Amino acid sequence: MHAVIPYVTGALLFGLGVYGVLRRRNAILVLMAVELMLNAVNLILVTADAAVRATLVGVQIESWAYPNGRPAHSGGVFALFVIVLAAAEVGVGLAIVLQYYRMRRAVHVDEVALHHDDEQVSR
Amino acid sequence: MTVADVLLLALGAVAVGSGAAVVTSNHLVRSGLYLVISLGAVAGLYLVLGAELVAWVQILVYVGAVVVLLLFAVMLTRAPIGPSRDLDRPAWPALIVGGGVGLGLAALLADAFRWTLYDRPPPGTAERMGTQIFGQWVLPFEVLSILLLAALVGAIVLSRPDIGAREGEEA
Repeated sequence: MHAVIPYVTGALLFGLGVYGVLRRRNAILVLMAVELMLNAVNLILVTADAAVRATLVGVQIESWAYPNGRPAHSGGVFALFVIVLAAAEVGVGLAIVLQYYRMRRAVHVDEVALHHDDEQVSR
Repeated sequence: MTVADVLLLALGAVAVGSGAAVVTSNHLVRSGLYLVISLGAVAGLYLVLGAELVAWVQILVYVGAVVVLLLFAVMLTRAPIGPSRDLDRPAWPALIVGGGVGLGLAALLADAFRWTLYDRPPPGTAERMGTQIFGQWVLPFEVLSILLLAALVGAIVLSRPDIGAREGEEA
């Protein structure tokens, strides 16, 4: 396999995610774009794991570097961790979005007031 | 070009194409469904790259849970079924930054790795990944469980207006 194909795919997906985060007004679509970015990072982690492991076959590593045995599949494990983080992020993010929708009846991120207004909004 | 290359190219094209549809579509629900296609294609890429467990977890957690949660949020915010006019901001800054990041990273990685041929690694089955997670990575794994608990509690507190209301303020 040529590792450059999934690498470039991941880079393009990340660029699409950045574009979506900056372009979209709807908070849910922004979250979808963030998911695209996290997926791109996962893809690059898994690809790097596969490519590096295929390259390092037969390379002697100092034994003091890994007291608990030679690590393997580290990129995959990291990808799993990132997937769990993404699930937690989307849970909390959607709770915030829904609460904001309950207060303002809108989910447009560029209309969120960053300053504190004195008159209390009706809930 | 081996079979793995052809598969990687096809799945990558599907992932990038439907990813582009996610960030450009005018329909909220269609964006979510394109996201399913994109995530599924990335899961296929994981399979080709030999990360079996990651691929199935991707299907289970992303396609099964995250996208369903996003579609629930689309429904709960009373999004219109048809096309919406007001989904986008001006395109220029996003196009410049997003295109710059994407193409810049792609050029960087393409220049770094060229057209080098790698052997396909042994597949990351559940047994091997589990040995690693519960051996090398057991402490981050436990920290992650605490983080999940915190996210759970945080989501509940955020979505219940009667918790955390200040004194004298009607919830």
